[in-house]
Amino acid sequence: MTSLPNNAGSKKLGLVIDLDICVGCHACAVNCKEWNTGGHSAPLTDENPYGNDPLGVWFNRVHTFEAGDGANGRTVHFPRSCLHCEEPACVTVCPTGASYKRESDGIVLVNADNCIGCKLCSWACPYGAREYDHADGVMKKCTLCIDRIGNDNLPEQDRVPACVSTCPASARHFGDLGDPNSDVSRLVEERGGYDLMPEMGMKPVNKYLPPRARPVTTAPGAGTQEPAEPVTGSTGSRFLDWVDRALSR
Amino acid sequence: MHPAYSVIFFTTASGAGYGALVWLAIFAATGTVAPTTWTGLAAFAVALGLVTAGLLSSTFHLGHPERAWRALTQWQSSWLSREGVAAVLAYIPTLLFALGWIVFETYQGAWLVAGIATALTALVTVACTGMIYASLRAIPRWTDATVVPVYLVFALASGGALAFTVFAVIASPAPEWAWAVALVIAAAWALKFVYWQRIDTAAPVATAESATGLGGIGRVSLFEAPHTSDNYIMREMGYRIARKHAARLRMIALLLGAAVPVPAFLAAGFLGGIPTAILALAGLAALAAGVLVERWLFFAEAKHAATLFYGTDTV
Repeated sequence: MTSLPNNAGSKKLGLVIDLDICVGCHACAVNCKEWNTGGHSAPLTDENPYGNDPLGVWFNRVHTFEAGDGANGRTVHFPRSCLHCEEPACVTVCPTGASYKRESDGIVLVNADNCIGCKLCSWACPYGAREYDHADGVMKKCTLCIDRIGNDNLPEQDRVPACVSTCPASARHFGDLGDPNSDVSRLVEERGGYDLMPEMGMKPVNKYLPPRARPVTTAPGAGTQEPAEPVTGSTGSRFLDWVDRALSR
Repeated sequence: MHPAYSVIFFTTASGAGYGALVWLAIFAATGTVAPTTWTGLAAFAVALGLVTAGLLSSTFHLGHPERAWRALTQWQSSWLSREGVAAVLAYIPTLLFALGWIVFETYQGAWLVAGIATALTALVTVACTGMIYASLRAIPRWTDATVVPVYLVFALASGGALAFTVFAVIASPAPEWAWAVALVIAAAWALKFVYWQRIDTAAPVATAESATGLGGIGRVSLFEAPHTSDNYIMREMGYRIARKHAARLRMIALLLGAAVPVPAFLAAGFLGGIPTAILALAGLAALAAGVLVERWLFFAEAKHAATLFYGTDTV
């Protein structure tokens, strides 16, 4: 049923991603691919993998953005995957019932046996989280590693999504964002975690922690800041003016 | 958005087919064309043929066409499912309407009720098609209030041109009906022009800053994409058409779709007989080309929010 669950529990499993810490190493994306190509939605097909124009299914991709200008500008590594929204348009547009939001924990999943591969869910997702597998003819997406997080065969510390377990900088956190006392909820509270594109109305569960504030530099070249000193003004002394001119050449 | 040929063909062909069914009901209600086996066969073959070809083509782009029946199950939440259900339901009155016209050579009484039901279910199906696009918040320009009306009026315009032309060729109906067709074609392009004006001047709904949440630091721009080659999202959602090409294609659409057919059908209304049939055929051909360009642009011009993660500034 692609209507959203009426009796959704309070549990909202999701990720919290710390943009202050992420170093952009892509390990989360690679381990995601590694695990999931043998997991619930296996395989994550690659087409033409060794050719000039490879195309493949990835659930997690790391973008890098520049924010701000000049010396106050920052380079921010930005992992992006399914946000397991509370009101996911990708689920309600599905004509077959293949897309669904799991009542017990809010994870958004695709039943590959019912998917007709119409791709409308990928059109409905503003976050670009769903990727079509041309070889299987079905849509695939992040499962929040449902085959890890409840897997009794794994040691307890490994029962987290592959991206979280592999992050060398601990920039990724997994937990219940519906529980205000969970570690992830407290982290969001402390650090001012936010939603991506709230104007789309999907109410994402995953949260992003902003890069921590830095002292604003006013050094010359600091982008939109005023120049520190006009270099051609008179100092009142002919000698100092000459030094100023000489050094300004 | 990537303008997939299967979707362009489906929306234009089935739109024209459903529009033609509406006009068949109008022609029946007004007694414009005699209900003979021959007129019925020709008209329903063209209208139902286009509807059916469109529906079939829409299943060809599916990853699993053999599961297409499942798309009829989620009508409670999905406009695509509602469209499928409406399309199937529309066949019931349409086949009855066709049965009366073709086999019993009548469209009076209960058969006319089937005709009216045909027109209503056809319009509902086209409206569902429009709502599939209009309900996608991720493509802000498609949520414009004119999108569904544009789909409906283009179905009526192309369907009217089609139904009138079929009858002009085989049955010589009152030529004045061509004026009604010309009027609806003009209305369709006027509404499309309003859509183009609105999407050109609409304020952005989302930005690279809101997509990343980094706007507090400053202007956000993509420094490095996740991969060196394209991915599915970039190919499917990232299709972009140069603004100057879009402007030129809009002119081509208007020339083919309005500047040729509107005068052709206006003139056809004064003549009658073979000249009317020839003018209607010419007008229909130009209109079809214009509508295809219009539909191609509808997809090609639309910007998807996911492209904000791949270097687009605003959508």
